[in-house]
Amino acid sequence: MNKSEVSFKVNGKAQRVEVYPMARLLDVLRQELQLTGTKEGCGEGECGACSVKIDGRIVNSCLVPVAQVQGSEIRTIEGVASDDELHAVQQAFIEHGGAQCGICTPGMVLAAVDLLERNPQPTEADIRTALAGNLCRCTGYMKIFESVIRAVDNTRR
Amino acid sequence: SPSPRGKIRNISFGGDIPWDEFTIVTAKDIPGANYVALILNDQPYLADGFVNHAEEPVLLIAHRDKYLVEEARRNVRVEVEEQPAVFTLEESLAKKAIVWGEDNVFKKFLVDKGNVDEAWGSADFIVEGEYETGAQEQLYIENNGAIGVASPGEGVTVWGSMQCPYYVHKALVKLFDLPDEKIRIIQTETGGGFGGKEEYPSLIAGHAALLAWKSGKPVKLVYDRAEDMVATTKRHPSRTRHKTAVSKDGKLLAMEIDFTIDGGAYCTLSPVVLSRGTIHAGGPYSCPNVRIHSRAVATNVPPHGAFRGFGAPQSIFALERHMDKVAGVVGLTPEEFRRRNFIREGETTATSQVIRERVDMSGLLDRALQLSDYHAKRERFARENSRSNGGQFRVKRGIGFATFMHGAGFTGSGEVYLQSVVSAEATIDGKIQILAASTEIGQGTNTIFSQIASEALGVDFDMIEIVQPDTGRVPNSGPTVASRTSMVVGKLVESAVTALKQTLFGAGLLSERYTSSDFRAACREYVTRFGPLKTSATYQPPPNVYWDDEKYQGDAYGAYAWAVYVAEVSYDELTYEARVEDFVALQEVGRVINPVLAAGQIEGGVAQAIGFTLFENVVWKDGRMVNNQMTNYIIPTPVDIPPIRVYFEENPYAYGPGGAKGIGELPMDGAAPAILNALENATGASFTHIPLMPETLMERYEQERSLVQG
Repeated sequence: MNKSEVSFKVNGKAQRVEVYPMARLLDVLRQELQLTGTKEGCGEGECGACSVKIDGRIVNSCLVPVAQVQGSEIRTIEGVASDDELHAVQQAFIEHGGAQCGICTPGMVLAAVDLLERNPQPTEADIRTALAGNLCRCTGYMKIFESVIRAVDNTRR
Repeated sequence: SPSPRGKIRNISFGGDIPWDEFTIVTAKDIPGANYVALILNDQPYLADGFVNHAEEPVLLIAHRDKYLVEEARRNVRVEVEEQPAVFTLEESLAKKAIVWGEDNVFKKFLVDKGNVDEAWGSADFIVEGEYETGAQEQLYIENNGAIGVASPGEGVTVWGSMQCPYYVHKALVKLFDLPDEKIRIIQTETGGGFGGKEEYPSLIAGHAALLAWKSGKPVKLVYDRAEDMVATTKRHPSRTRHKTAVSKDGKLLAMEIDFTIDGGAYCTLSPVVLSRGTIHAGGPYSCPNVRIHSRAVATNVPPHGAFRGFGAPQSIFALERHMDKVAGVVGLTPEEFRRRNFIREGETTATSQVIRERVDMSGLLDRALQLSDYHAKRERFARENSRSNGGQFRVKRGIGFATFMHGAGFTGSGEVYLQSVVSAEATIDGKIQILAASTEIGQGTNTIFSQIASEALGVDFDMIEIVQPDTGRVPNSGPTVASRTSMVVGKLVESAVTALKQTLFGAGLLSERYTSSDFRAACREYVTRFGPLKTSATYQPPPNVYWDDEKYQGDAYGAYAWAVYVAEVSYDELTYEARVEDFVALQEVGRVINPVLAAGQIEGGVAQAIGFTLFENVVWKDGRMVNNQMTNYIIPTPVDIPPIRVYFEENPYAYGPGGAKGIGELPMDGAAPAILNALENATGASFTHIPLMPETLMERYEQERSLVQG
């Protein structure tokens, strides 16, 4: 298999990489672009640690061959905070114990941000459903739910 | 290996693979000893002519293109002449084949308090029961991995995801036959451990370093999920038998406990896991006569290892299911039976340890039952469940609990042997660095150490820096295991920084009343005038602690955390699903240093324990885990976990930092029996095995239905 050129945007910045077309987007982000915030947990689309947004939709980047993102806009965890200010969800995760080991955190934060963009006033049931594709082994989820609820409160204020 | 046990006859390298581009390492390339130095040193780094489990590493391959590595691996053929194997603890005990030593037994313990044999005659009731627990995968979200750089001249450096840098250090010193200072182990950010990165990283680090040694290039070795699940350690499966003598007024007269764990193919940490399981098998009860026989046996599956709780969740599951059974036989409620037997100050545990701290299990029980609205629910569910028989409700509900304790720190004389050290060093810019080998793996080590140091010094948090665990830089503060980091190592942090403060006082650079900036200035002044300012603290056991390793009697742990967990469950008669609907976790853990982190530990542990009980089923076939994917080995997701309501009672412990006791493992112990006790309350059926899957519930239900229909 030969490498080929793929172009797309990541967090607003144009990127061009020379890679195997079937390489996983996850590996291209981490290895070619050094965007190591996106994590690998399972490599089969179960755990959500590798969540990114492609053209506004949240997906598991371990299941996406890089050839599929030609011309797309990708948003990773590195694109969630603005310059010097954390997103309300990130700030709430820090303050309320939403992260322990941190490996599920980038995916959790992206899934929560995605939820709040679609539904600014989620119920706890909405939060549970929106995060159902993201597994955490450390927290037992309680503090993750609490962090998202607090982020909603803070955004409202 | 294609077989779980046998002689390696041949290894061939086929396919259209440019083999000369690859670095290949076999047992013959090992410069030092071919074993993972731990307890018995029986596990080889690479199989040398014989395999004892199907996932045993035989040879290592490296290439600069990782895609080619996988293709090459598929073209290596290992031929094994198969020999008889055993796959379960029953097969091992029955000596279906002798696969380890003379009798398949890694380790045995006998705890003998009072005289059990004389008690049977005077008993009003004798109650027996047998209980089993399955294997469980730690399933940290970040897989195991390491990077090695190695050469005969420079020595070996490994960076990796791990809990215990000095375990890896000890193992690599032997593997490479190099002096201590030529091996350097650096812990990188670690994405969860739960025990799964206690002993296994020694193997991966060695493999990466061996490849680096032979190739002369840095080597990165990262497991994918399937490999991590199939090859690395899991919780020991267990079987516990209880025989209990009770008087008609519900007092425990004698407990005979037989506890067996399946250690897998090599000894690894099984003796220590067995020890903790054995000591916790008698629980928080006062009983004059206790005899516990326990053993860890060999099977031809990958070695089982450390996992949060370390043997205690297994034996406590059995005990707390059995206590409900005994209560029923005696005719008491589960809570009343326990109340009559709870251990109190001045009474002794199974190992004859006199409890000298204040303990109030009855008080904890009262509060937990109140917080969970236990009595009202028990009554309401009984009413509603009986109506469900008439077809009105297909969902039955139940509530149950477990009462238990967990010892913090190494067992018996373990902490004395460890001789842990922590250092503190003041920098020229007035910061205080904490040097310890204890690792941050998500549980909050760095935060807790910063808090302890800043509180002991009375200075701002941001003046404290936690140095990255690096055996070239930090002293050995022991492994990050056994609920010991806050209580034992935290105390050393407190002592080390206190010594540093005393040095500044002694030098006349600090007066009694000082601010953070005074302290910073004093550090600067000291370093400028006298050179480095570094103090250390070494572990000192609390006074009057005595442990007899021969008889397994004495003060097993310096301190225990005490807890009562209450689970409310539902059981759907149509889908056979059991769900935990509400969970109350009440515990006394000494002083809580950080409420957010402490609650996070409890919630996370309870969620893992819910998985252990109702979700996580390792499916074995010929010694291999066959559901080694997150698609078919299911851990609880955000929609599966009930509200976990965490409460603390605080009772400062004199020998912990600021009064703290250990907390990390405790939450793994109580949920499983509480959930099954609740399910028995909901369904009337007594289940004695976990994981309890819907299939088992279905079988049981179908059986009952066919009996009813006759």
